[in-house]
Amino acid sequence: MHKESDIRIPLILGDKSYRDITDDIIRPIESKAPKGWYILITISAIFGLWGVGCIVYLLGTGIGVWGLNKTVEWAWDITNFVWWVGIGHAGTLISAVLLLFRQKWRMAINRAAEAMTIFAVMMAGLFPLIHMGRLWVGYWVFPLPNQFGSLWVNFNSPLLWDVFAISTYFSVGLVFWYIGLIPDFATIRDRVTSPVAKRAYGVLSFGWSGNAKAWNRFELVSLVLAGLATPLVFSVHSIVSFDFATSVIPGWHTTIFPPYFVSGAVFSGFAMVQTLMLILRKAFKLEAYLHTKHIEYMNIVIMVTGSIVGVAYITELFISWYSGVEYEAYAFLNRATGPYWWSYWAMMTCNVLSPQFFWFKKLRTSLTFTFILSIVVNIGMWFERFVIIVTSIHRDYLPSAWSYFHPTWVDIGVYVGTMGLFFVLYLLFARYFPVMPIAELKTILKSSGQNFKEGFGNGAGYYDGHGHDDHHGEEETHDTESTNNTNENN
Amino acid sequence: MADKVIYAMYDDDDVTKDAAKKMIAKGVHIADVFSPFPIHGIDPIIGVKETRLGIVSFMFGITGLTLAMITIRYMMIVDWGGINIGGKPNFDFVGNMPSFVPIMFEFTVLCAAHGMAFVYFLRNGILPGMPSRNPDPRTTDDRFVVEIRPEENSQFSMDELNAIVKSTPIVELEEKVIK
Repeated sequence: MHKESDIRIPLILGDKSYRDITDDIIRPIESKAPKGWYILITISAIFGLWGVGCIVYLLGTGIGVWGLNKTVEWAWDITNFVWWVGIGHAGTLISAVLLLFRQKWRMAINRAAEAMTIFAVMMAGLFPLIHMGRLWVGYWVFPLPNQFGSLWVNFNSPLLWDVFAISTYFSVGLVFWYIGLIPDFATIRDRVTSPVAKRAYGVLSFGWSGNAKAWNRFELVSLVLAGLATPLVFSVHSIVSFDFATSVIPGWHTTIFPPYFVSGAVFSGFAMVQTLMLILRKAFKLEAYLHTKHIEYMNIVIMVTGSIVGVAYITELFISWYSGVEYEAYAFLNRATGPYWWSYWAMMTCNVLSPQFFWFKKLRTSLTFTFILSIVVNIGMWFERFVIIVTSIHRDYLPSAWSYFHPTWVDIGVYVGTMGLFFVLYLLFARYFPVMPIAELKTILKSSGQNFKEGFGNGAGYYDGHGHDDHHGEEETHDTESTNNTNENN
Repeated sequence: MADKVIYAMYDDDDVTKDAAKKMIAKGVHIADVFSPFPIHGIDPIIGVKETRLGIVSFMFGITGLTLAMITIRYMMIVDWGGINIGGKPNFDFVGNMPSFVPIMFEFTVLCAAHGMAFVYFLRNGILPGMPSRNPDPRTTDDRFVVEIRPEENSQFSMDELNAIVKSTPIVELEEKVIK
């Protein structure tokens, strides 16, 4: 184990042993679900079913049941799509980018954030599919032989890029998440006593045995997947932004979109992670693994990406004037002062102003404040997409066609429904899956555990050379490690 | 002759690593080590070679990229070439390539990731419903087991092997007969 600098705050608090880590994280799976869980999943399921009902009604009647009109022909559907994809950005970013940067604090949140990502991308994928109006021919988006029609799909179109980007992102994210889950499922399999659970986790664990060669492969596969997923994360939201940026609508036709969308996605993704994890750590009593320092790190990410988004908003405004294109200038003036001024200023307040509070250490280490702000940020990011999409098209070149968008109950129902479905999936995950990577946390116990760093309890004398007589060969061990093991801490 | 196998159990990763080193120094061949998490630095000690799955991933990635280029070229240039779609004329592959890059990239990543994951499952022998091979259920919790096969250590008698294993700080020792 590498010794970590003393000035770094321990990532695992208290006197923990390997057994304690297993116990703490599996406890919610082994014990009976609390009443609150049943209440929450029932509420979520009701909303989810309502959403499914709305989708069925929409498919039966046609997308005329949405509040779209001839001018605003794209509104909540694409707003919700981009919003969900954005939320789905944090998980892979945490597990891939932070893995490449050797950020060990990611281990407290990566499993749950990846689950969030996968469920969020599922919800996102629903919107383009139902927007087609004919869900059952959804597979036509793939390049299929000509008997399905007279043309191939158009590889020039950003909408097709989206199909490839989202499906690659979803499936690679799923595989990455599951490969990490396998050893933890094996831990559960070897502990549970009920035959049904043993059988179920046995199947889920794929017969993982934890032999040396398997771990060797595990570490490399994690590293390579992280390397592949890192450009993937950035490409996905860049491609989502191309849906707008490659068009010729004033307000959409900007080259700043890809970086601005990516940082916006990270911003909203981390905010959603905060919302979910603050509840999860409390409910599952995992405060020792996810404490104020982790929350603070995430808040710093939120602050930085929020500021990038703020700079992008202001750059957009400036360029619209500086370009000298009157249509472009009007599109932005209309955003801020037109009939949708309220959504523009809601976006500005939530996304630009509110993360600046995190400059104050007192506020970014306050859990209550973080929780409230994380919700504010997610509202703000929904408005950002709404502003970009609806305000840019509601006034086109002919004033006679100017229009205003009113959502119908189906618009609202589908959106609320996806939230319900998302929480159903998330609650099931929290109940039956290990919410933190058990095996990975054990690898950082000796370097980042409070007891080992400060030398008490299980870690007493570990770094002083006293007490643990078995460690006289340690110098040599460190050497082997630094030369032979480049995959430290996957 | 029924093959025997010795399982030496330890309760710490560093202890396991030191014990393995000590036993290897005495000429014992270690068949395998089972642990709840990767023990960093044990692979070169017990002679586990670095995996080549990275190369596998690269090969799958190259395959994906090639496949994407061939398919896009056929569909856009050969089969329906010469049409100007929204200011992106598809007369030749190179000229129109910038707008093909996103899908070429995505497909490369798709193939590299899934190909590697698939080979990883096959090589590890982990698939849904496979039986687990770890000798003790505690090796996925907080115990570390070193597996020694007497038939690979024929220079030692059974008693000698046991004595060597017992000279390391084990917590449990188990002998099993395997078929």
